[in-house]
Formats: sequence, C-alpha cells, structure tokens
Amino acid sequence: MDRKKLRQFLEEKARVLRWDIIKMTGEAGSGHPGGSLSAADIVAVLYFYHMRHRPDNPKWPDRDRFVLSKGHACPVLYAALAECGYFPREILWTLRKFNSILQGHPDMRKVPGVEISSGSLGLGLAAANGMALAGKMDGKDYRVYVMIGDGESQEGVVWEASMFAAHYKLDNLVAILDNNGLQIDGPVSQVMEIQPVVDKWRAFGWRVLEIDGHEVLDIADTLVEADKTRGQPTMIVAHTIKGKGVSFMENVVDFHGKAPTKEQMEEALKELSKQGPGAS
Amino acid sequence: MEKKATRQAYGEALLELGERYPNVVVLDADLAKSTTSIKFAKAFPERFVECGVAEQSMMGTAAGLATAGKICYTGSFAIFATQRALEMVRNVIAYSNLNVKFCPTHAGITVGADGSSHQTVEDIALMRAIPNMRVVVPADYFEAKAAIKAVAEIEGPVFIRLGRLPVPLIFDEHYEFKLGRAVKLKEGKDVTIFAIGLMVGESLEAATTLAEEGIETEVIDVSTLKPLDTEVILGSAAKTHAVVTAEEHSIIGGLGSAIAECLSENLPTPMRRVGIKDRFGLSGAPEELLKHYGLTSEDIVREAKDLLQRD
Repeated sequence: MDRKKLRQFLEEKARVLRWDIIKMTGEAGSGHPGGSLSAADIVAVLYFYHMRHRPDNPKWPDRDRFVLSKGHACPVLYAALAECGYFPREILWTLRKFNSILQGHPDMRKVPGVEISSGSLGLGLAAANGMALAGKMDGKDYRVYVMIGDGESQEGVVWEASMFAAHYKLDNLVAILDNNGLQIDGPVSQVMEIQPVVDKWRAFGWRVLEIDGHEVLDIADTLVEADKTRGQPTMIVAHTIKGKGVSFMENVVDFHGKAPTKEQMEEALKELSKQGPGAS
Repeated sequence: MEKKATRQAYGEALLELGERYPNVVVLDADLAKSTTSIKFAKAFPERFVECGVAEQSMMGTAAGLATAGKICYTGSFAIFATQRALEMVRNVIAYSNLNVKFCPTHAGITVGADGSSHQTVEDIALMRAIPNMRVVVPADYFEAKAAIKAVAEIEGPVFIRLGRLPVPLIFDEHYEFKLGRAVKLKEGKDVTIFAIGLMVGESLEAATTLAEEGIETEVIDVSTLKPLDTEVILGSAAKTHAVVTAEEHSIIGGLGSAIAECLSENLPTPMRRVGIKDRFGLSGAPEELLKHYGLTSEDIVREAKDLLQRD
C-alpha cells in the first residue's frame, strides 16, 4: 500500500473508533471518552496495521499483545476489537450495562482479545513485562505493546516495572505514553507534575522516541523503528490531545470521565461524519 | 520431637516442581535466601525471576507470565506479599483467576526479633476475603511441601502461608494433601480443637494434657481455610458440642472467624478462639512472643476447660 493510501486507510479506521467511542459512551451515559479519543490513532495503527493478531483465534500463542494499562480508555479498545471482528459490533452499545461483556474497565475473561484485566492504574506495565519475559523464555518472537496514561505515571508501580523492563532488557516490549496532559482533577502539571518524562524514561534505561500521537504515518513509522531496538525496552512518548476529533471535547478536563449527553453525542457524531469516511 | 520450618518446604518443593513442570516459573522480591526459593534459582536460573524489592511489580509480572501459560510461584514475606501487593493480587490475579501461587514465608509473629513491621497477623483475613482465592495454612514441613506441590495442578490463585520458626513434624513424606480437606489428627468426644499452622502442634500437646484430666479432645488440622471442609467441621462439632480454634493470626478474619461463620449458620456451638486479640506484633524470641500473645498449649487447655465448665 502506498503511503497516501495507507494514511487514508488508517485515518478512516481511527474515525471509526472515534465514532464508536462517542456512540458507546453516549449510549452508556457514563465512561471515559477524553482519553479514549486521544488514544484512537495509536490504537488504530496498532490493530489495523502494525500488530500480528488473529481475531478468529484470540488466544493464538504467537500473537502480538496489546495491554491497555489506562483501562478506563477501554471504549477505544472495545471499538478496535469489534472493528477487527473479535465480537459483533452491536455489542458495543451494551457498554457498562448489566450483563454486558463490556465492563466499565476491561475484563480478559469476558472479552475476546483483551489480554489482561485492567482499570486499576499502574498495573499494565508490570503485566506486559511478564508477557514479554514469557516470550523470551519460550523463544517466541511476539511483541508486547502497552499503553500508559500520563496521569497514570504518577503510580509508583509504573516505575518499579520500568526498572524491571530495562533490567531484563525486554526489547520485545514497547510502551506508549498517551501524553494528553490532563487527568481527572485538572492538568497533569498542576495535579502532580510528571515531566520531564523523556528524561525520566531514558534515565530508567529505556530507548525513548517522541511522536505526534495523531499523525498515523508517524505512529506507524515509529512503531517499526521501536521494533528495531535491541537490548532495551522502548518508550514512545506520544503527544496527544485529550478529546481529539470532537471540537467541543478537545482539551476539556470534564470529558475525562464524563460521557456526552444525547445532544452532545449527536453533535459529535455529526462532526466526525463530516471529517471523512468512517463509521455511521 | 524433630522440628523443621515450613519455609524449608518451599525451596525443596520448587525443585521437584521445576523438574516436573517445564512451565513453572518462580518469582521473588530480594528474599530468595530467606524464602528458600534460592534453591530453585540455582537449579533453574532461566525460570527464576528476581524482581528486586518491588512486590507490586512482582505480582503484575506474575500475572503477565500466567497469561502466557506459566504456573507462577511468588515468594516474599507474608506481610509484603499480602499487604503491599494486595491490590495487584486482587485486581489483576484473583479477578481473572490467573495461575499464580502465593507462598510467602515469615508469616505470623514468630518471625520474632524483626518486630511488628515484619509480622503479619491479618494476612489470612485479607486473602480469605478475595473471591477465587484459595487459602492454605500447613501445619508442618511435610504438609507444606505436599500442598506446594499439589496446587500446581489447581488452576487459579492459591495462598499458602509459610513460617520461619521450626515446628514439630506431624506428618511424614507419604502424606497426601488434598485442597479443601480438613485432617482429623486425634479422635475425641468432649471438645474439638480446630487449628492451623504451628498451633496444630500446640493443640496436640494440649490434647495430651486434657486427656490427663479425663477430657477426650478431637484435634483437626484445618489446613485449607478456603474452601472450608464444612462436612468434617460440622461433623465434629455435632459430636463434641464444644469448639476451640487455635491460630497464629488475628482472631478477626482468620480460622476463628471461618469456623464461627460455619457453625453459627449451621450448628451454633459454644466456642472459644485462641489467637491474637486485635493487636500488632512485637520484637522478641518466638517462644516469648507465643507466650505473650497467648498462643501456647496451656492457653488452649485453659480455654477448653473454661468452655467445658461453662456448660
């Protein structure tokens, strides 16, 4: 696929995810749209281009793994899994409802394609370490991708796990920081500053790459580059915008953990539809 | 009577497990010498994961390894495994029923000189309350070894509580551990002592003392606290109508609570709980501490007699 077509393809997929995120959280009346929208382009590139996986065989031992450590952003993960065919798309509209497989935070025993149950912040990187280490022990060439939030990086276990990954030279592991700058109580810089994150991860023994987390080709190229790293894990610091794609949600703290109202949902879906082909 | 610490069983059982199961992986948090997992580390270095002083990271790593088909055994001191890392154990491992066996050592107050920060008196209560978690407290070295080996065949999380203090050998190498089975060690008709861990040995001693006074005591090792062997427990209580529980743990949430819950719903029975009475630990020699906290055979005898006289 030439790069222009690839770009169109991935942007369209990201639009599908965004459309579904809005629809899911709007229908649910709760959820976390902001951090789901900021991660949509990265998740789209991983699931529709970069990762080796088989939706018809979710437990295929050689699959690449994606761990959503910032589990509250599960609408983006659920949307990607549905679009890949792990489960029927109609199920998306049951998000957060009684008896739905789509719990408020991801459940590996309920949803095909979810690699680890998450939601309590900080636990994903350590779990991803275990998956990467198992791959090394078993001589397998699968790769492990884990997405961490910037607010989540305030959890101490993230740094315990970062030391571990470097110590064990887990070069089959790539972490992606969704650096959208906002958390529930406000800007990360005001709640509890985590910068300079690039220096921090470098000091912890990681190779660090920086990208615009909404440029799909940039994301795709950087993932390829990250896979070339040898002898250390890679952190991709992705600069993103919370609420990206819906003008009235962008950079609005409230949409971290608040769903759009029905009116806001219709408005957002209309806006997304105008941006180009995608879901409807 | 020959004595051996239950923690000694850990390293030795792991060696056998390592031979038998290529997918057994052992993790420790800078305590491999103390927990005795160092034995496995030396024999199977490629399957031993040193996590450093980072119990939370260790539990997360174990969860990830388990998703890839590994049977994980994690070591640490019981207080750090069950409390520092509690939420990882609950949210990542137990919630998803992942195959991780927690076999922390140095449980209870008999850690001794290290004092309260290293003495856990509430670990059983915490582990019992977590859905999917199975809870085992072996009485001696042989039961510990058998249990550690047996749970490799059981899918999902299991907590096996091990100690540092050498305690009397009650079983032998032929003992077969079965999860969920309480073991009747002595028959009696006047009073039942339900005990776990090192208090099983104390209970047997108490039974001998009580026999001298004409009190026939039944002693039951409730090595699996969850799932509880309600059949054996109710059967014994129905016979003796008098129950004493004995544990090196808080009387809140441990064996005493488990037995009380079982009896009060099915067969209300007069009972007494020997255990730590809602207090923290203290530095001292293990024997001094057992005496100080009322965890000796004499304490069990006193409670049993008191209970019987009251009736």
